Amino acid sequence: MAHTLTVNGRTHSVDVDDDTPLLWAIRDNLGLTGTKFGCGIAQCGACTVWIDGQPVRSCVTPVSAVDGKVTTIEALDSKEARAVQTAWDKIDVPQCGYCQSGQVMSAVALLKDNPKPSDSDIDAAMNGNICRCATYARIRTAIHAAARTLEG
Amino acid sequence: MTAHDLTLSRRSLLAGAGGLVIALQLPKAARAQQAPGAATFAPNAFIRVAADSSVTVLVKHIEFGQGPFTGLATLVAEEMDADWSQMRAEHAPADVKLYANLAFGVQGTGGSTAMANSFDQIRKAAATARIMLVQAAAQAWKVPAGEITIEAGVLKHASGKQGRFGEFAEAAAKLPAPTDAPLKSPAQYRLIGKEGAVKRIDGADKARGKAQFTIDISAPGMLTVVVARPPRFGGKVASFDATEALKIKGVVDVKQIGSGVAVYGQGMWPAIKGREALKVAWDESGAETRGSAELIAEYRALARTPGTVAGNHGDAQAVLAKAERVIEAEYVFPYLAHAPMEPLDGYLEWNAQGALARFGSQFQTTEHMTIATVLGLPPETVRLETMLAGGSFGRRAQVSQHLAAELAMCAKAIGPNRPVKLVWTREDDLTGGHYRPLFVHRLRGAVKDGKITAWTNSIVGQSFFLGTPFEAMTVKNGIDATMVEGANELPYEVADFRCEVHTAKVGVPTLWWRSVGHTHTAYAVECFIDELLQAAGQDPVAGRLALMGKEPRLAAVLKAVAELAKWTGPDAGNGRARGVAVAESFGSFVAQIAEVSIGADGEPKVHKVWCAIDCGIAVNPDVIRAQMEGGIGFGLGHALYGEITLDKGKPVQTNFDSYRSLRFQEMPEVAVVIVASTEKPTGVGEPGVPPIGPAVANALARLGKGRPRQLPMVGGMV
Repeated sequence: MAHTLTVNGRTHSVDVDDDTPLLWAIRDNLGLTGTKFGCGIAQCGACTVWIDGQPVRSCVTPVSAVDGKVTTIEALDSKEARAVQTAWDKIDVPQCGYCQSGQVMSAVALLKDNPKPSDSDIDAAMNGNICRCATYARIRTAIHAAARTLEG
Repeated sequence: MTAHDLTLSRRSLLAGAGGLVIALQLPKAARAQQAPGAATFAPNAFIRVAADSSVTVLVKHIEFGQGPFTGLATLVAEEMDADWSQMRAEHAPADVKLYANLAFGVQGTGGSTAMANSFDQIRKAAATARIMLVQAAAQAWKVPAGEITIEAGVLKHASGKQGRFGEFAEAAAKLPAPTDAPLKSPAQYRLIGKEGAVKRIDGADKARGKAQFTIDISAPGMLTVVVARPPRFGGKVASFDATEALKIKGVVDVKQIGSGVAVYGQGMWPAIKGREALKVAWDESGAETRGSAELIAEYRALARTPGTVAGNHGDAQAVLAKAERVIEAEYVFPYLAHAPMEPLDGYLEWNAQGALARFGSQFQTTEHMTIATVLGLPPETVRLETMLAGGSFGRRAQVSQHLAAELAMCAKAIGPNRPVKLVWTREDDLTGGHYRPLFVHRLRGAVKDGKITAWTNSIVGQSFFLGTPFEAMTVKNGIDATMVEGANELPYEVADFRCEVHTAKVGVPTLWWRSVGHTHTAYAVECFIDELLQAAGQDPVAGRLALMGKEPRLAAVLKAVAELAKWTGPDAGNGRARGVAVAESFGSFVAQIAEVSIGADGEPKVHKVWCAIDCGIAVNPDVIRAQMEGGIGFGLGHALYGEITLDKGKPVQTNFDSYRSLRFQEMPEVAVVIVASTEKPTGVGEPGVPPIGPAVANALARLGKGRPRQLPMVGGMV
């Protein structure tokens, strides 16, 4: 059946089964491929998007349960997002890069809520995002660097 | 033909490779890939200069995070004195005549060879391009070429004339290419080896979700395919019933192929649901039904019998027979999955005129041939485009060609002009075999008067090369070198030494995994040397150094890491201990020290790792550091948590909830020192992995926990 989704500020109608995960509606129906598939069971975080600003795992969120505005990596545009992505560039975080959309979505959400996170705040916020290339140490450095940028 | 038994004879492989020509007639989607403002100056197979002055490097190695795009672009920018902002990198097409890996003879990436085999080739290509641009400028300006310099991509003459590459590209294209372009001397380098000189060329897009991977490909009318494969290795489809599957909205078709039953959907979710609704009866008469516990018991028994001698000097058995005290250790290594973040996938469109395949191909030449063979098309009509891949760790370097074969079978079964995208789910990935093989090492050694007097090692495991077209590369005298590398010769002087190997026949498909044989040999060797040194009352660093007289580069990295960590011995205080390990792999030398404690949860906690590497000339220091950090994280995660266990032949772990991956808070702080060298560059993708497991184990021994005899260290099955 048709579901109405508000993604990145635009309203779309997607004709898919109720149980279709938001991930596949975003990727296959809306053609937004920045959000990645990694596990399908909310274990790796590659599919992280925001619903009303909160990070969620889109691979286990059925379209029928989406009640809010969806933001994907393609529409990130805020001072926190710029700070994070600039820090990612400066510190050369990505390797294969496949998980990085999810990492960035989690990191920006963290800084929005907590502009000066401690190491343990970062651990808690980033624990759900797996990086098989193990870029974790650089992600930590980059989040701290982004936080310093936001301080001004 | 099935994916598992698809074998190309070595002769057909090479004959095909030699006759490979890429057609000029490309399918539609391939033409769409051509960038606007195409190159006006293409002096050779590797360099393209466009009118906008951008310099594009065609990289013959796949980029999956290890950095060849950045590395090769650095070499080109260096020789051309280009500005980093004008550099671009993209994958070269599959073409063995132009893009063979000089270490293999076919196009492919592996063995950490990208920089090693491209270092001279790419610099020469760039130096040639430079000379031609300079010559074109000299003619335009009517000045001697020798008076023209290039700075940050700008050609300059003392008269005040200057211009960018694009202005001379068209004229340069008309000049003959010189064959003797001189290379810069190291003293002239302004990028190679310079800290902060370049940033990763693929980094910005990856931080913004813009990088295009295979899974992101779409095309009009494309179907997404998932395949139901046998639950046990060696199983086959007996029969299937697609009635319920075809009722799922968006499921278009269901076809039996060699590797299982393919479900074609309009998107991934219909394909997944269709597969869940599919009923398949499997014929498991030829399937492997042994579990890990049985295999380990068999391997342990085999390790106690004489094997094929892989290394021998002196008479270790005689020395051990007379020794007062023999120290024994047996190490068991589980099957491991690579689990790259992007699971296996591929895109293929075809018709009677030709085909276009797009995927993260790591062995382009053989995969190209496989696709042509399965589709029954002349190779020259099949085009293969390599995509960025979300990791590999060995998984995409397929000896069996099974992904390329399955992709082609899926496309063939649905018929021409129906583009398909085959996607493996994480469950497919973890239960799909092609694992790092299970291994057992049985070591025996003796110590007398503070000295190691004898060492024997009996290794049991599977070979993933025997019986494949790649056999000639690694198998000599019946010994697969990748099973014993790092163990059949020691970097330590031990008077009496013997290493034997047993090749077990098991129906589980296996494959190399980041650092190949060193994934287990470094653990066995570095744990055992540490145990013997401890028994001999020696310091782990000084004791190793005393035995490494013939290994100056390995000794140098050990000294460097000890200095970096301010090593004073294994005790670090505060309930922490330090362990050390070294390994040479793929021509690079790495030493690591790990500082470890036992956490409140009883699990090992690795606080910090110090790492020293000698990889010859360090082209991109920060990429090298990143690969050491990544190799340490990858090696550590698997040493601590990683295992695929088989229960009556069936993989138990199916996703990241049971195949535990290193997570954020488990990553130690890493400090890396790169030892200066003027040797030719060697690899960095794999060599960071081998030492970390044994370094942690050796620290645990000093915490009174012993060196774990079976991996993983946490939650292992036995």
